[in-house]
Amino acid sequence: MTAEVHVALRGVGKSFSRAESSDVVHALGPIDLELRKGEFFAVVGPSGCGKSTMLELIAGLTSATSGSVEFEGASIAGRIPDGVGVVFQEDACFPWMTIRDNIDFGLKRAKLDAVERRDRVDRAIAMMGLSGFAESYPAQLSGGMRQRVCIARTLVMKPRLILLDEPFGALDQQTRLLMGDELLKLWRLSGATVFLITHALDEAAMLADRIGVMSARPGRLLDVIETGWPKERDSRIVEDPRFGEITARLWRSLREESMKSMGAAGASS
Amino acid sequence: MKAQTRNAAINTVLLLVLVTAAWQLLYWSFGDAALRSPAQTLAYTVKLFSGEMIWPHLRETMAAFAVALLLAAVIGLSIGFTLGYNRFAADVFEPMLVALYSIPKITLYPILLLMFGLGMPAKVAFGAIHGIIPIALFTMNAVRNVRVVLIKTGLVLNLGRGEMVRSILFPAALPEIFTGLRVGFSLTLIGTLLGEMFASQRGLGYLLMNAIGLHNIDLLMALTTILIVFAATASIVLLHYDRKIHARL
Repeated sequence: MTAEVHVALRGVGKSFSRAESSDVVHALGPIDLELRKGEFFAVVGPSGCGKSTMLELIAGLTSATSGSVEFEGASIAGRIPDGVGVVFQEDACFPWMTIRDNIDFGLKRAKLDAVERRDRVDRAIAMMGLSGFAESYPAQLSGGMRQRVCIARTLVMKPRLILLDEPFGALDQQTRLLMGDELLKLWRLSGATVFLITHALDEAAMLADRIGVMSARPGRLLDVIETGWPKERDSRIVEDPRFGEITARLWRSLREESMKSMGAAGASS
Repeated sequence: MKAQTRNAAINTVLLLVLVTAAWQLLYWSFGDAALRSPAQTLAYTVKLFSGEMIWPHLRETMAAFAVALLLAAVIGLSIGFTLGYNRFAADVFEPMLVALYSIPKITLYPILLLMFGLGMPAKVAFGAIHGIIPIALFTMNAVRNVRVVLIKTGLVLNLGRGEMVRSILFPAALPEIFTGLRVGFSLTLIGTLLGEMFASQRGLGYLLMNAIGLHNIDLLMALTTILIVFAATASIVLLHYDRKIHARL
């Protein structure tokens, strides 16, 4: 497979200096990874391994201590690139705006005419199953619905690269599977490259074309697994025997690392 | 919702009746040397407003209070936003603000009088320093407590600093800022009146001190009632909006 490279991480590393002491924490890397245009890439790893940092590096929210991040051939280097949408783990709805205004927030700044904006927002509302809630406020919605608002807000901008940081972390299992189906549908419709961070191995195994497995901190890529799923797929592939094999292989790679990070957490507390 | 409004109205009426009854009881037990009855006070207040004497003083106090409140809000919000945005500055200045907040401001009044002279500027300055610090502290905490993910959302959309303040930081912090403004309102009013009570030739505070000196209990009671009604009404209105803003969170 020789698809176009969409995002490239070359020798990317990140260190933090702690505010209260002078020691430097090596959080991530070095990481080398290329995301192909239009693929669905998932990252799994033990907690605290720097998964979210990796996402923030690609989003331009933080800059790398070493190495470089490129999006569509241009270096990011702490600049926030256009065409990238991010869905965060926490609820990022603006509580003072209606659902419609929340979804419209980014569009309002992009110089689009009112008809086009309204049309995009209406379609996103319908697609995310939020019809009838357009004029409600986030506080009146459940956690799952609020997360769908955030996904809709990202989608209306038509990003070419969508970064998702454990977007379903706060949801129950059934809702997560259904949201996974929705995500696959959106991915196929939009043609965007998707980079998903998750701690749920089954979620990664079901959704992604390729899965990166990360080590305990400092996070490095231990393994990249090709799932080989067809583009047309949904949550029913959990019945496929290969689904079990992939999940098992992920756990084999991760078990030792997770124990390491638990041990580190135990020692430091 | 309607039942709630009706309940609130009933409660307000009940409170007014209770306060008036307690006042009447106090009047009966302390007598004419110290107090006037609610009916007498009401009659005198009406007379006061139909006369000429009160108006210049009322205008003076309202003008001083309005300017002091405006200054307190502008300066308090500026300090609050600056410190809220800048962690280091906040770490340096917050303890100073808290210390300033805890000293009785009246101790600063002699210095203010020497700086501004007798009259309007000193009153305004004294009123404003009462309001600035609570508004600044509330605003600073409000801005600091804005959830990081909301700011990141703005960053991903490439919002500039001005836009970030206007369309994310300010609305996100507004409920707490409003609480600060509400507290600042009451304290600025206290400060302005205190300023008028000492070293002033005009204003309701001055009239009040004058009434004490002349043992004019009618005037004393009428002025106190006017001030209480004004402060209470304003507080209730502000509290109503405060709750309304917080209800959306």
